Parts: sequence; C-alpha cells; structure tokens
Amino acid sequence: MSGISTPLSLTRRRRTEERAVRAVLFFFALVSVLTTLGIIYVLLQETALFFREVSFAQFFLDTRWTPLFLSKRFGIWPLVNGTVLVAANAMLVALPLGLLAAIYMSECASERVRRVLKPFLEILAGIPTVVYGYFALTFITPILRSIFPQTQIFNAASAAIAMGFMILPTVASLSEDALYAVPRSVREAAYALGATRWEVATQIVVPAALSGIAAAFILAVSRAIGETMIVAIAAGQQPKLTLNPLESIETMTAYIVQVSLGDTPHQSLAYKTIFAVGMMLFLMTLGMNVASYLLTRRFREVYE
Amino acid sequence: MTANHLLRTMTEYGVLFQPNLDRRKALGRVWEGVALLAILLGIAVLLTLLVRVFLDGLPYLRPQLFTEFPSRFPDKAGLRSALQGSIWLMVLTALLSFPLGVGAGIYLEEFAPKNALTRFIEINVANLAGVPSIIYGLLGLGLFVRGLGLGRSLLAGVLTMTLVILPVIIVSTREALRAVPASIREAALALGASRWEMVRDHVLVYGIGGILTGMILALSRAIGETAPLITIGALTYIAFDLRGPLDIFTVLPIQIFNWVSMPQAAFQRLAAAGIIVLLVVLLSMNALAIWLRNRLQQRW
Amino acid sequence: MEPTALDIRNLRVYYGDFLAIKDVNLSIPRHQITAIIGPSGVGKSTLLRALNRMNELVPGCRTEGEILFDGMNIYDPRVDPVEVRRRIGMVFQKPNPFPKSIYENIAWGLRINGFRGNRAQMDEVVEQALRAAALWDEVKDKLHQSGLSLSGGQQQRLCLARVIALQPEVILLDEPASALDPIATLKIEELMRELKKDYTIVIVTHNMQQAARVSDYTAMMMLTGEGERSGTVIEFDRTKIIFTNPRDKRTEDYVTGRFG
Repeated sequence: MSGISTPLSLTRRRRTEERAVRAVLFFFALVSVLTTLGIIYVLLQETALFFREVSFAQFFLDTRWTPLFLSKRFGIWPLVNGTVLVAANAMLVALPLGLLAAIYMSECASERVRRVLKPFLEILAGIPTVVYGYFALTFITPILRSIFPQTQIFNAASAAIAMGFMILPTVASLSEDALYAVPRSVREAAYALGATRWEVATQIVVPAALSGIAAAFILAVSRAIGETMIVAIAAGQQPKLTLNPLESIETMTAYIVQVSLGDTPHQSLAYKTIFAVGMMLFLMTLGMNVASYLLTRRFREVYE
Repeated sequence: MTANHLLRTMTEYGVLFQPNLDRRKALGRVWEGVALLAILLGIAVLLTLLVRVFLDGLPYLRPQLFTEFPSRFPDKAGLRSALQGSIWLMVLTALLSFPLGVGAGIYLEEFAPKNALTRFIEINVANLAGVPSIIYGLLGLGLFVRGLGLGRSLLAGVLTMTLVILPVIIVSTREALRAVPASIREAALALGASRWEMVRDHVLVYGIGGILTGMILALSRAIGETAPLITIGALTYIAFDLRGPLDIFTVLPIQIFNWVSMPQAAFQRLAAAGIIVLLVVLLSMNALAIWLRNRLQQRW
Repeated sequence: MEPTALDIRNLRVYYGDFLAIKDVNLSIPRHQITAIIGPSGVGKSTLLRALNRMNELVPGCRTEGEILFDGMNIYDPRVDPVEVRRRIGMVFQKPNPFPKSIYENIAWGLRINGFRGNRAQMDEVVEQALRAAALWDEVKDKLHQSGLSLSGGQQQRLCLARVIALQPEVILLDEPASALDPIATLKIEELMRELKKDYTIVIVTHNMQQAARVSDYTAMMMLTGEGERSGTVIEFDRTKIIFTNPRDKRTEDYVTGRFG
C-alpha cells in the first residue's frame, strides 16, 4: 500500500478490499493478453491441421487458389496479390491527401478553420465500412466504367478508392500528431532565417516528423490490408495474379467472408483454409504494427 | 579567422542572395491551396456519399422497414430481426466490455507497477488495437462458436465483439484518467486514502465523462462492425424474433451487406435505407457522447 | 553616440487584450552589443522578438508603434516579415538546430534565400560561418552528422553560425547561454565580442554579470502602468553607467541585487 500507514483498527478490512480490487483489475488487464494468446492458439491449431493436408510447397509455390473447386489448388499468392493491389492503390489516394491534409491542419489553418474542418474528417473516419462498400459498388464503379469501359463490375480500383478515403482521416490525424510534436522552437528557428510558412512546413517540420509520419503510413497500410467489407462488396471473388486494378480480384479478407457465408462444415478442408489465410493476414499486419510501434517510439525519443 | 573574413569572402560573390520572395510566397500560397483542397476533397466525398445514400434509400424509408422481417420480395422486406440483433448485441456488449475495459484501463494507469509484465501488457493492447477485426472473427469462431459450443448465437457474437472493442476502451479510459490532475490524487492520498479509495472516490468521479465518451465511441464502432460477425457465422436471413442470448441472430450491417450483394436494384435501395438507419443510430450515439462530455465537464 | 541600427518608437505589444510592453523608445546603436535586462516576466523576450517580427507567429499578438531599420519602418504594411527576418537574425534561448546534418543546418537558410553561388562556394560559406562561430575545428570532420548529435554549447554555436551565414545586419540573442554550462557560456560571450565588429547585437539576459561583461549598452526594463502589469524600458545608457551610476533608483536596486 505504497508505504502509507493507517490506524491498525482500520487496516484489515481496507487492506483486503484493496487487495481484492487490485487482483480483479489485474485479471481484467490480463484479458488482453489472453486474447492475443487465444488468437495465436486458434490460428496455429487450425493452420497446423491445414498443413497436415496441404504441403508448404502447395501453399507457397503454387500460383492458383481454388480450394472451393473440384480441382483444388492452394497457392496463396493470388490472394496476397489481390490484397496488396487494393491496399497499394488505396494508399495512392490516402497518403498524399492525408499528408497534405495533416500539413494544412497542423501548419496552415487557424484555430477556427481547424475546428470547422476537423469534425468532417472524424465523421469520414466513423462511417461503417459496409457503407463505403455500398458507395464503391453503386457510385465509384459506374464512374470508373464510364471512363474505362473495360472495367469489370467488381474491380480492385473501386474498392481501393473508397478505402483510400476511409483511411485518409487516419493518415491525416496520426501525421498531424507527429507534426504537432515537432517543437515550436524548431519552427521559430526556421522562420527567423527568413523562411515562408510553406517552406517551414515542408522543409523543416515534415522532415523532422518523418519517422512519426512513416509510423502513421505503416499503420494505415496495415488497416488497408485487414479491411474486409469494402473488398467483399466491391472487389470481387476471383483470386488471380494481376497488377491491373480494373480487374476483378479477391483479397485474403474477402476470401474469409466468402467461405464464412457458405455453409462450410467444421473439419472440412475449406474451413481450415480460412485459418491458414487468417494466419497469413495476422502475420502481415502484426509485422507492420510492430514496425509502426517501434518507429513511433523512436520518434518520441527524439523530442521528449 | 573571423567574421570579417567571411564578409570579405561573401562580398566577392557580388550580390549574394536573391530571395525571390514574391515567387516563394506565391508558390507557398498555391501549395497551401492544394493542401486545403485535399481536405475539401475528403469532405466532398463524404457529402456525396451521404446525399447519394439518402436519395437512394428514401423511398424505402417507411414503417415496414422497421416492422418486417427480411424477405425475397423487396417490397415486403424489413430490418426487424437486424434491429433486434443490433440492439441486443450493443446492450450486452456494453455490459460486458465496460467493466472489463475500464477495469483494465484503471489497472494499467493507476495500479500497475513499472515492470516488464506491465510493459508487455501495454504493447499487447497497442498491438490488439491494430489487429484486423476479421481475425477476431476467426478467434470467435474457433473459441466461442466451436470451443465453448455456443454455436452461431448472439452470445458468441457479444463475446467476440467485446474483444474487438476492448483495446479501444482501455486506451480511451487511460487517456481520460491521465487528464485527471495529479493534485487530486495527492490530496486524497495525503488524507490517508488507499489507492483504490483514491481511484473510486476521486479519480473516477473526475474522469467518468471521458471514460463514458470513449465507451460510447467504442460501441459506435461495434455497431458498424460486420466482418467478425460474418466470420462467426451470424446469419443474414432470420425471420423470427430474437428471444435470448443463445438464439441465432443478425445485425444491421450484415443485413445491409446482404442486400447490397443482391443483383436486383430494389434491394440496393433497400440497403441504402438500411444505411440511413445505421447512420442515424451512429450519429445519435456520437451526439450523445459529445453532450455527455460537455455536461460532465461542466461540473468541474 | 554611435549611428543607430534600429530605432524603436512608441512600441506597444499586446497579447489579446493584455498590454505586455508599452511605450518603448530606444535607439539600438550600430555595431555595438546592447543588453536588455530586467526581472523575469517583464517582457524582455517580447521586446526582442518585436525587433524581427517573430511575435507575429504568436496567435493574438498585436504590435503598435514603429521600428526604423535602414530608414524603413519594419512594421510598414509594405514590408514583408520574411525579408525582415533574414536581415535581422535570431538565436534562441534553447539551442534549436534542425534535425538535419550540421552542413544542412547552415546550407538550408542559404538555399531558401536564393543563394547565388555554386556548390563549392556554398561549401566555403558554410565553412566560414562555422569558423566565425568558432565551431569549425570541432565539426569539420563530421559535417554530415546530425546537428542534434552535438553538445548543447556546440548546438548553440551552430545556431549562431546558421544566422551568420545569411549575413544579417543585426543578430538578436534571447538568453543564448541560459541552457549552457559556464565554459560554453564563456565561449559564446567571447564570440559576441568578436562578432560585434561586423554585426549589431542585441542580447536578452537574466544574468547581470553577463550583461556587465559583454555589453556596451544596457536597457533596463521594469513593470509599470496600471497594476504594474506592462513592461517598459525605464533606463537606457552605456553599460558602465547603468552598473555604476544609474539615474533611476529602481535600476540601482536591481543591479545591486536588492530587487528580483
């Protein structure tokens, strides 16, 4: 009890309560650790069962993914290709717009303008992903098809654009935090040398916040890779190796949804595939989350 | 070697600087305009989306939407089972996640010793916040649906959703507690309060506004989440009323997803109507959060 | 008295409704070191930052009056603060090098201001600026290391070199040694005496010994006005006179340590 002495007559009851509360709260905090362990256990267990029937070579060296067809093939790369294709194109939208938005918010806008603009970005971030999926399919896709007639109804580009705008506020807000953390004194030094506001923002503040901005970008990529409903609605169900965003593809997440919607019997190979795919997805996002965490920590060390 | 020397060296270059201030300032203005445009583009997309959804869904926004079960015929289809599922899911998830999340947040902020275990828990929470929600769905499928044998029940959904939003609640609780001034804590401890007495009687009273705001925002994320519930096998076609936590269930976004996926245009419009309902619910929750924050802050 | 570098007339600075400094009239002599002293919170930094329009970066800050520099009022609407700041440089209280290399810390200011030399000439100016700031020998082998890797005293001299490279006419120093150890402080003071041959220097300092050691002129600030909330310059003279035979009783109390 952190060295605070209390009258003896009071101590026992209070100390018991203190201990009990502390133990219960500690257990609650442990739930998060148990969750992680649970995720790893479930994924590992089912993935192990999967690899009892399918070899690593079939998984990593084949170029076709057709586990639901009669001639089953288990090459993961088409799903990874679809995932990366959509995520990369989404980032083409979210990164430049998000960074520009962050610079404007942090370096250019007056407090009043900020207060008007910020809530809009927050709402943009709070719209459920299924709504973005609807928007991609019924609004963006028709526009794309009128510009590029060869665009397929379900395509990577449409999902990527919607996803880009969904992620924009995340990029903007995290980058803004990073820019904001650059000390005022550094800005003042730049102004005192006769720099304009835009020069200070882009040549001094942005480079100074670079590792923080990089952390924001990586986190955004990780979100794009794990995003499910937009791609399940708008990007299609055709796993293939392609770099053309106007084609129909399938992402890892969309595949998991596809199988979950069907009536897949427990113990079937199809059931196990979604855990193997989930494992792949988990490892990819975990790697990026850790990288982002380390970058943020390094960024904080420079300025705190 | 002095500044004098520097001056001489520099004058040898003749006119040293050509600041071109007008050009630089104009360039800056242009780029700042571009940056503002980036934000306005985001806002334009948001407004287009909202207007578009509203126009698409308006014709189907009628009483049957709320009273009817889903149907093969768009004119007879409604959100009855989805609404029941969403409300139940939200209430039960709130009841479960509130003590768990807030408790964990209190522990980490007020009680945890600075040691390796605490650090591990903190990193773990940060990482869980970045795990894609569909992975939680796989966890729920393996653990709750199969492992505990709960099947595709509402309870399995509640447990899964609780785990999804737990990191969000923990993080926002810690932020709310961090905003409580240290002087309050010191005052309580100096009067001979134990740590828990200090937290219960002073810190929580002070921080409850922030905690509840974070809670509501976490729940508004839960109500829009679709992927983990699809993964644990929540159904899209349910034509009877939800009676208890062990019943199978569906929720608003899953019903919307189902209608979006239908080829008929009428179902797409029905989906838009469903989206309007979902957005209105979300908006009111956010408004509630803002109201709560302002109201509870005023007391201090 | 020497020719005037900066002529301050009826200067008032507000933060919102709060009048921070009022009615300052001061002629800063050319190629001399002028110290601004006074108790904390009196507006010494505010006055200094008014001299190169840095206060404008503070939201809600408003300045009245004139500051004549080179025959022109720097607060004239036609005058651009960006240009003012290149010609009136500033070194801050805490060393604030850019998180760039030592070389880039100096080259950046040259580049944005449209330096008209080639690469070799840029190298030379960087070297000369570092020499003028008495830093060259310590950093010549690590020009491409981060400016943040230097010690505090070295960082502050880098900040000074960064300003010198732009060939300003005036250098403003805002308690430049307050974050430094005594040896680094002495180095900075030595440098100032060297630099005054070419530059007009204005320094804000808390440390009266420092003012007495390095400055030629001293401006004494005190809180005055309603409720004693606004700072102003109550006495300005040769440093020797301020410290030995001041006219104002408050100055005497302050420099002899009976105040603040």
